[in-house]
Amino acid sequence: MCGIVGLFLKDKSLEPQLGSMLSQMLISLSDRGPDSAGIAIYGAPSKNEAKITIQSARPERDFRGLDAELAKAIGAPVSIAVKSTHAVLRTVPGKVDAAREALQSIRPDVRIMGAGEAVEIYKEVGLPEAVVDRFDVRSMTGTHGIGHTRMATESAVTTMGAHPFSTGADQCLVHNGSLSNHNNVRRELRREGMTFETENDTEVAAAYLSSQMAHGKNLGEALEGTLSDLDGFFTFVVGTKNGFGVVRDRIACKPAVMAETNQYVAFGSEYRALTKLPGIDNARVWEPEPATVYFWEH
Amino acid sequence: MPATKLSKAAQDHASRVFDLDVSSLRELNQALHNLTSGSNETAWEVVNPKGSHSVAVGVDQPVSIDVRGSVGYYCAGMNDGAAITVHGSAGPGVGENMMSGSIVIKGDASQYAGATGKGGLLVIEGNASSRCGISMKGIDIVVHGNIGHMSAFMAQSGNLVVLGDAGDALGDSIYEARLFVRGKVESLGADCIAKEMRPEHIELLQGLLDRAGVTGVKPSEFKRYGSARTLYNFNIDNADAY
Repeated sequence: MCGIVGLFLKDKSLEPQLGSMLSQMLISLSDRGPDSAGIAIYGAPSKNEAKITIQSARPERDFRGLDAELAKAIGAPVSIAVKSTHAVLRTVPGKVDAAREALQSIRPDVRIMGAGEAVEIYKEVGLPEAVVDRFDVRSMTGTHGIGHTRMATESAVTTMGAHPFSTGADQCLVHNGSLSNHNNVRRELRREGMTFETENDTEVAAAYLSSQMAHGKNLGEALEGTLSDLDGFFTFVVGTKNGFGVVRDRIACKPAVMAETNQYVAFGSEYRALTKLPGIDNARVWEPEPATVYFWEH
Repeated sequence: MPATKLSKAAQDHASRVFDLDVSSLRELNQALHNLTSGSNETAWEVVNPKGSHSVAVGVDQPVSIDVRGSVGYYCAGMNDGAAITVHGSAGPGVGENMMSGSIVIKGDASQYAGATGKGGLLVIEGNASSRCGISMKGIDIVVHGNIGHMSAFMAQSGNLVVLGDAGDALGDSIYEARLFVRGKVESLGADCIAKEMRPEHIELLQGLLDRAGVTGVKPSEFKRYGSARTLYNFNIDNADAY
């Protein structure tokens, strides 16, 4: 089943509340998926800083002294902010690939959730409320974000199998549905040089979009491609550094509701997720059409 | 909506108000199921539904129920005799398997509205999305707006009236339901064809529009669609299609 949410703010005055609004939306859909939950929040992007969100099953061991060791390994300053099993590393732009490589040798058990100028990704096994509390998501400020609560079908219930999946800088995706041609698409993307962390179908969709955008397509064009290149059931909600997109497959059996006001664009698997948003009673509320791409950019 | 205003309205109509912020959905549905024939509690009002699932399912007494706000999955399913009005939009499966009575959705309805319905009248004043009236078995459905793809799939009997447009594959594998569409049809499904509007259809359609409170729209503005009846029995010449 799964529940997905997304929130793209137009009104800057709501930005301090992004984390709490998105958390509340996701918690309201808890009974659509009890296995694991995750949220990606886009803070204000900084040209002078790159962020890498990492995760470890043994954070006390893996995160201690990591900033200094990593800084030495890549020859650039690194700071670390630990939140439970996750941590956000900050360094200079252009050092992300070097940091990824260095992490593999100095902390082989650490997994990378995502990287970019704006995005932070937190996901764990458990109910949305537990995950939101664990990472203090409610206090987070941002411009847009997406979230997911999972009822697993295509791969194991693990932290790495939770959504959002991020396969490119500041790109991430949540998915309700299941893809049937993910093995073929994964093989083709591997040939292009993309790497995969899991056997999960959704990770393939995320990588597909990253690949399309790496070839120069914008978010809307990349989403359009999913309609012909991905086979299966899907409602996708996607975030990029300054964009937010939604697409449903042609059959559109996975539910979706959207709302738009002067202050925000919101997505929920169900209307329940939207009922506490400000001004919802006067919002334009609609069900996104099948095989139709919706996207917004700041 | 302020509670004081509602209770005033409630008193005017002597209706029983159920606030889903205060009482559970299960209490509401149990109270509705406890109604017996001849009960004086004939008017009900449900406030703060906030997208709840299964609001007012399985009601089998001729009471009126006004739901003030939008509902989630399966609202008014299996309705047998009640007059249920949703003053908002409805999620997937509204009025699924209705037996009799009426359901009015003031806003939009999501997927498979009125699916498998055997009787009664479902009116959607906004748009309905995909699979509206799928496998309908005698229900009448009137949609003021548009309907999505695969509507009336395998529809067996009853009437589907659409004032707006219909999506792809309307009436695929349809049996004997009648489909009346005023706007354009994106495409017809297998074995569904346009049919002549005879006087009896004009009369039938006028009756449906009247019952659904539609004014200013003439039956002659609609086209009728139904089964070509070529898929009813297995034909060896079609074996390749399976």
